[in-house]
Amino acid sequence: MALDQSFVGRTYPPTAPYEVGREKIREFAEAIGDANPVYTDTEAAKALGHPDVIAPPTFVFAITFQAAGQVVEDPQLGLDYSRVVHGDQKFTYTRPVRAGDRLTVTSTIETIKSLAGNDILDVRGEVYDEAGEHVVTAVTKLVARAADEEA
Amino acid sequence: MTAKISYDDVEVGTELPAQSFPVTRATLVRYAGASGDFNPIHWNEKFAKEVGLPDVIAHGMFTMAEAARVITDWTGDPAAVAEYGVRFTKPVVVPNDDQGAVIEVSGKVAAKLDDDARTVRVDLTATSAGQKVLGMSRAVVRLA
Repeated sequence: MALDQSFVGRTYPPTAPYEVGREKIREFAEAIGDANPVYTDTEAAKALGHPDVIAPPTFVFAITFQAAGQVVEDPQLGLDYSRVVHGDQKFTYTRPVRAGDRLTVTSTIETIKSLAGNDILDVRGEVYDEAGEHVVTAVTKLVARAADEEA
Repeated sequence: MTAKISYDDVEVGTELPAQSFPVTRATLVRYAGASGDFNPIHWNEKFAKEVGLPDVIAHGMFTMAEAARVITDWTGDPAAVAEYGVRFTKPVVVPNDDQGAVIEVSGKVAAKLDDDARTVRVDLTATSAGQKVLGMSRAVVRLA
C-alpha cells in the first residue's frame, strides 16, 4: 500500500533530552573495537581541542533512530515496520557529539517515494544541544518492501 | 579540530590505509547492547532464517561504524568528518563459528573540494566475503 504523500514535510515534536554519558561513549567505542583515546580520555580529547570526550561519528544514530520511532510508529502513516529495512544513512555534522550533551531530536519526513511496490521514506533528524545549537543532521532512508515480494 | 593529515599533502587518488575488521556473533551481541538495536536478525539465527536471510547478519550501522574508522584513524581526530553517508547494499553474513566474518575497508581521496575549508571527499569501499556491502560510501573530511 503506497504511503500518503501528504505526510511529506510533516515534523514531529522534539524528543525529551538524551544525556550523553561518557561511559556510554566508552561502551560504544569498545563495541566497535575503536581504541582512539579521544573517545575515552578527557585529556586526549582536550589535546585535540575538544572540551570533553567525543563520541564516534555514528554514535548519534541510536538517538536519532529512537526519535524516528515517532514516524515509524505513527498509526496515521501506517508504515508496516516488519517489512522495513535500512536503505541509506547520512550524517552532516556541525560538531561532534560529546559527553555531557543533552540532545533533542526533531524528526521530519523529507520524502516519500513508491518504487516497484516498495515504500521509500527519508526521515531527517535534526539534533540540537541544550543551548539550541545544531550538532548533527541524520537522514535515514527506510525501505518498506512490497508485500508480494516475499516468496 | 586537529587532523594530523594536511590538505596540502594529499591529492586525488591518495589512498587511506586499508583495514580489516573481524566480526563474530559476540561482536554483534556487544554492538546490540551498546547501540540499543536488539533486532533479532542480528543475533537469532532461527529468526533471521524465518525472515528470509541466509543467516544472522551484522547491523548495517556496525558496518558503517567500522568503515568510518579508516577515515578517523587516518585523520586522528574524528571531528574531521564533516559529512558521512552510506548505502546498505548487501548484508554482512555472520556464521556461528570461531571465525565469523571479515569486513574489508579501503578508501581514497576522490576530490579536493575546497582549498579554503581544506575539505576533501573520501570514497570508501567495504566488502565482506567478496561482496560489496556498502555503496555510495562517501565522506567529506576537513584536513589540517
